[in-house]
Parts: sequence; C-alpha cells; structure tokens
Amino acid sequence: MEETPDKKDTKQLTEGEKANTSLVGKVREGATSLKERAIEEAKTYKDPQDTQLWKSIFRVSHDRSDPRNRSLAVLSNVFLHLHPAKINRDAVRYPFTWGMGGITFYLFIVLTFTGVLLMFYYHPTKADAFKDILYLEHDVPFGKLLRNMHRWAAHLMVITTWLHMFRVVLTGSYKRPREFNWCVGVVLLVLTLLLSFTGYLLPDDQLGFWAVTVGTNMARATPMLGSEGPFGIQLGMTPFNDVRFGLLGGSIVDSNALLRSYIWHCIGIPLVASIFMAVHFWRIRKDGGISGPAPVMLEPEMKAVKKK
Amino acid sequence: MAKRFALSRGKLITLLVVVVLTGLAVWSVHDWHQLWKISSAPDNVPIVAMLFLVPFFTWLGVRQSQANDQLIAKLEEDPKLAKSHHRKVEPWRPGWAREIHVWPYLVRIEFLATVIVTIILFVWSITLNAPLEEPANPNLTMNPSKAPWYFLGLQEMLVYFDPWIAGVVMPSLIMVGLMVFPYVDSNPLGNGYYTFRQRRFAVGMFAIGFLQWILLIVIGTFIRGPGWIWFWPGQTWDHNAVVYDRNRDLHDIVAGMTGFSMLSTSWVLKAIFGLIVVSLFFLVGALFFHWLMLRGGFDRIDPSLPWWKRIKLWMTTPDEFEKKLLSRTSLLQYLTFQFFAITVLLAMPVKLVLRLVFTIKYVWVTPWFNV
Repeated sequence: MEETPDKKDTKQLTEGEKANTSLVGKVREGATSLKERAIEEAKTYKDPQDTQLWKSIFRVSHDRSDPRNRSLAVLSNVFLHLHPAKINRDAVRYPFTWGMGGITFYLFIVLTFTGVLLMFYYHPTKADAFKDILYLEHDVPFGKLLRNMHRWAAHLMVITTWLHMFRVVLTGSYKRPREFNWCVGVVLLVLTLLLSFTGYLLPDDQLGFWAVTVGTNMARATPMLGSEGPFGIQLGMTPFNDVRFGLLGGSIVDSNALLRSYIWHCIGIPLVASIFMAVHFWRIRKDGGISGPAPVMLEPEMKAVKKK
Repeated sequence: MAKRFALSRGKLITLLVVVVLTGLAVWSVHDWHQLWKISSAPDNVPIVAMLFLVPFFTWLGVRQSQANDQLIAKLEEDPKLAKSHHRKVEPWRPGWAREIHVWPYLVRIEFLATVIVTIILFVWSITLNAPLEEPANPNLTMNPSKAPWYFLGLQEMLVYFDPWIAGVVMPSLIMVGLMVFPYVDSNPLGNGYYTFRQRRFAVGMFAIGFLQWILLIVIGTFIRGPGWIWFWPGQTWDHNAVVYDRNRDLHDIVAGMTGFSMLSTSWVLKAIFGLIVVSLFFLVGALFFHWLMLRGGFDRIDPSLPWWKRIKLWMTTPDEFEKKLLSRTSLLQYLTFQFFAITVLLAMPVKLVLRLVFTIKYVWVTPWFNV
C-alpha cells in the first residue's frame, strides 16, 4: 500500500533535482526496478509447467491434452514406458483382465517397501529375532501395522498370483506366441511361494519353526540327494551332507537356518524374482500386449497344421 | 423382467438341494467354537477369502464364456452371417475410437487399483494382527504342526504318498506340468477370449488340477487336527485321539484273498506284483484320458432323444471337433500330456480314495521305495 506514494516520491525527486542525485536515490531507484522485475517474473511462475525445473524433469509439456502429448506422457516416463502409447479399446475392460497381474506387482512393491522398513529393526540371530518382533509390536511407532501389512500383503500376493494364472488359462492367453512368458510366470509363481515360505521362519516363533521343520523334512526324502530318499544311502547321503543340510546350513533348524532364510528372503529370491519380472513384463510387450478380448475364431477357420 | 426371475423346475430342485445340504451341514456341527477357532485363525483368513474369491472369479469367467459360446454357436450355424457379423460380445460401434490412450485411460485404472489395494491392506492390517506364537522351542512339538496354508496341499499329500513323492517329485511334476501346458495344447482356437465350447478339455483339465489343489488345502486346514487325524468340520479336536492303523499293502490283501501267500513273503514277487499294478494303472489311465478328450459337448447330441439315450450316445461316439483337435496333436505332445495327466491329475485322487476308502497303504513295495 505504501509503495505508490514512495514511487511518486522517488519520481518527483529524480525529475526535480537531476543534478543533485544522492546515493540514497540511486539505491532507491535500483530497488524499485528490481522489485518490478521480480513481480514480472513471478507472474510467469504462476504456471509451474512453464518453469525450467518442471521441463527438465518431465521433458514434455502436459498442459494440452492433444494426442501427441498423451502419447509422450507414457513414452517419455521411465515408470510408464512399459506400456504402449495406445491400446485396444477393449483391453482395459476389467471383467476381461481382472487386473490381478498388475495388483501382484503392486503388492511386490508394497512388500519391498515394508520389508526394507522391517529390516531396520530386525537382527537375524537366535538371540535377537524374537525380541525384535516383540519390540516391533510394542515399541516401534506403527511397528505392528508395518508387520501386519507385510504379512497380509504376502498372503494376498499368493492369492492374486493364482487368480492371475486362472484368468490366463480361461482366456487361453498362454497360447502362441505367449508360451514362453507363461513359463516365466510359472517360475514367478514358485518364487512367490518361496519368498513367502522363507519369511515364515524369521519371527523365530513356534509357528515358523515347526512349519519350516515340516517343510524341510521333506527335503530329507529327495531321491538321490536326501539321506532318507530312495537311493540316498546308496549314494552316501547322511543328515550332514544331504540337500536338507544345504538348505538349513545344519542338521537342525537353528541359527544358520535363520540366517540363510533371511538372506534368501531379503536378497536372493527378490533379486532373482526381479530379473524374471523384468523378462515377464518385457515379453508382454514383445508378444503383442494383452491377449484380448480378441475376436472369436470359428471352427471352420482353423488352419491346417503346417508340415515341413 | 418377469421372465428373468422365473424359476424353472431344474433351478427349484437345485435350490432345494442346496438348502437341504446347508441345513444338514449346519445340523452336523457339534462344536461351533472349534470351527470358529480354525476359520478365524489369522493365517487361515486367506483361505476363507479364497472360498469367496475363487467362486466369484469363476462366475465372472464362466459368464463371459457363455456369452462368447452363444456367439460362436450362432456364427457356426450360419457361415454366411459369419462373414459379415461382428466377432465380439461387445462389438465396436461406428464413432468409437478403436484405440485409446494409455494416459489417462489405463493409467487411471492402475492408479485406482493401487489405491483400493492399499485401503484393503490398511484395514486388514489394523483390524487383524499377524500371528506370533511362543519363541521357537525344538523340544515342544506343535500339534498339529502345519505348513503355511499355500503348502498345506503338499503336506496333505504326505498322507497318501511317501515324502519323496509328495514333497519332491509331485511339486516338481506340477511345476514342469504347468510349464508344458501351452506346448501340449495344440488347439489354435480360444486364444485371447473366454470360451468353454472350443476348449472343453484344456480348461477342464486345468480346472480339475486347480480344484484338487484347493481341496487339499481345505482338507489340510479345516479337517486335519492333532496327530494329522481326520476331524470333520465342527468336530472337537481331541488331542488324545488315537486312530488304529488299519491300512494294509495291496499285495497283502491280494495274498489273503487268493491264498497265494508267496506274494507277501518274497520281495521279488512283491516288486513284480507292484510293477504290474502300476503299469495297469497307467494303461487304464491313458485309455480313460483318451476317451475323455474325445467327448464333445452334450448339446451336440440330438436333443430330441430321451436323456438316457443321449448319455449313451455321448459316451460312445467321439466328437468330430475333438477328433479334429486330436489329429493336430503330435505324438510327442500326446505322450507328454498323458504322462503328466496320469501322474499328477489322476494318481492323486486315485491314491486318496484307495487310502481313505479302501485303507490301502502301498500298491508297489520294493526294498528301495514304496508307492
């Protein structure tokens, strides 16, 4: 409010006594022009999409929704570029897709996020593991929520993986040219189950201990590689050198087993699963995107089998 | 509108049967507390959820299959119409874009899905705590000591097979069997749309496998109690229950019945006897699957005949379409399928019935392994 009279004062001063310009006047003059410039510039910042910062991050303008920009929004974004720019109109129909594959991937992200947070509070040792869970449940802020969410997201991921597989079978989506991607998917299913299973032991409670004991006792019976399996004894297998010993790092479920399952759970299997996931997603694109809903084919349209 | 809700006699009978069965199930429960204790165990909640999710998504898939199958039937009846008619249940209409932009039309669905899943997870995590038992104690065995629910199928299989089959061979066969599935399915139809009519056998085989897996998990969760003893849902888990093991090996039963006692004394004869039985099982299994894969739709049999004649006709005449599919299948594909179908899909229920109904322990006993 006081700016206007100030301005007038300065103007009067400069106009009236040009010869007698003081240092104060010069500074005032400079400040005024700087302020005016700042106001001018600030006006352009009102649209953040016009800033250099914005453009450096997003590379293309999103302010117009013309087809080119919509395509570029997907193509120039590292997280979205797995998608094509355009898809078939029907390919987004939920009754067809069920969305279970995408949800499975999202649950993997949730599990990675909550899992990393849990790792801050957990020591994979017999002395600390169980205490750490109690600490998480009772003292760590939101620790109980964190553990619960990790547990339930893992269970949910097993379910969504199965349902995804079920949908792929019902729509015949494993057929040419997607046979190989189905195989990658089967490997991912097994890795999902193993991820969940290795995590089961980590709280070091009775539940996990006996589940893993039951699970690994089966490994004892592996043909040829287990001490109690067919042809195991003939091949020199004992409880101290068979496949179960390798899994547990000992002949009983103890500290080595805890450490091994921790490393498989947090590093080994997620790493392998990530590689398979990358292939799985990449192959979806390469095999022509989602399989349908495709137009139905009729019996007379079956082509004869090619003979070489 | 009135017609949509009209009850046919068939539907009425089905409804009545469902009501009676539900009533019987409720009536047979003696111990509601036990049932509640099992189904409300936090780690069992996923199975309870699956009991609803699997039927829902099955219904969703079946509904779309039926719609597609009707369209296919209509077009196959009228080849002239097939040339000009649309090929989707919800066809493209003039004025619609054939392709849509991923941004925003797909990305917004994905975003919505993540939001919904996040909300579900938060509600689930706030209302239900992850289980934590007492600290691990190797000297105190949990009874029953159960694997995580998704592996209960394998644990339940331990009842019917020795650990090397149930724990190692079967899981490997299931995995490899799933992987070869697309390579043995030589049917080019039904790629990318829901249909049952065109893929009767393939969908049926997968559904049987999936159902078996779920069934074993349900048995392992709701029925197996302390000592892995069979308790019906609603029965109290008796920790002191002892079941007298009546199971006998097949060769002992045969030796007792025929008086040919040599069979249960010489291991060579036992092994040869078992080998013959298992070979016979494979032979009969192969014939069964061969017969099954040539059955067509029941609706393809002349509907003017009485139902018993239709069933007889259905059982004796191979379907033309299924025959065509079989002729496209290579010998390698056929044999691979037969191997996995018999060893995984058939052996499991057959051994289950042999063990639970006929109390037969092993069918093939050798000094190295028993089946």
